[in-house]
Amino acid sequence: MRKSWWKILSVVLLVYAIIGGLLLPVPALGQLQETIRNLYYHVSMWLSMMILFTVSLVYSIKHLRTLDYKYDIYAREFAAVAVVLALLGYATGTIWASYTWADPNNPAYASFGSIVREPKLIGAAIAILTYAAYFVLRSSFTDIDKRARVSAVYNIFAYAMLFPSIWIVPRLLPSLHPGQDGNPALDFDDVDTRLRTVFYPAVIGWTLLGVWIATLKVRLNLLKEKKWLHAK
Amino acid sequence: MQNKLVALLFSFLMFCIALPAICQEKAAKVEMADGMRSNGKIYVVIAVILTILAGLIFYVARLDRKITKFEKENA
Repeated sequence: MRKSWWKILSVVLLVYAIIGGLLLPVPALGQLQETIRNLYYHVSMWLSMMILFTVSLVYSIKHLRTLDYKYDIYAREFAAVAVVLALLGYATGTIWASYTWADPNNPAYASFGSIVREPKLIGAAIAILTYAAYFVLRSSFTDIDKRARVSAVYNIFAYAMLFPSIWIVPRLLPSLHPGQDGNPALDFDDVDTRLRTVFYPAVIGWTLLGVWIATLKVRLNLLKEKKWLHAK
Repeated sequence: MQNKLVALLFSFLMFCIALPAICQEKAAKVEMADGMRSNGKIYVVIAVILTILAGLIFYVARLDRKITKFEKENA
């Protein structure tokens, strides 16, 4: 195992995010009550996802500048882990919404129609599908150089679509999702300080875990590449 | 470089921990579901989640070790 301080830091932060996240005091909010603790897990997924997509974008640009095949592998694996985080964020959001957005007087499925119309959900779905298309595009090439170049260009486009679809457009429409105005999660007047003491370390912890998994996949792919070159 | 990064992250963490002391505020009274906390059963939940996390981390660390072994063999 390649020993790195950030892998240990990731584990420490995640343990802190779970213990502190469940035990430390939270603000008493009428609608959310104790479910506000989901902020440490559900919202962290999305923030980590954005950080990993940004890393993927940087590697795509690097690939286009140098045409080094290695960077294409990096870009692909970081995007793959980010998509997993996005799906986890979506799944956790579904659970959270069905307890806080659904009408408590009716069964949860009766509110399905109004929850599905949420612009934030549709925007997030568009973002995930845009990146799903990235992987479809990649696998449709047989020529690896062409695949690397075209998918790097597409990755830049997908990143440009990410922010309008999950941040800008949902904010222009009426939505139940918190953080409609201002800078949610980053604005110091918006998030309670008690939440921030766990939230920021949790984001760093989840991101580092994502980076760890992505680097493992990158190393495995580089090994495969090496084998393939030697076999020829 | 690495030391600087560690120092930066560490001071950031300390800042996060000190934040509630810096700005304290009073919230309105809202009925919270704190049954699990008051009777201590919340620790059972924490134990369960930590076990799952430990299992996942162990799995990832083992993969890391295996890949490192392969890298050394193919170097």
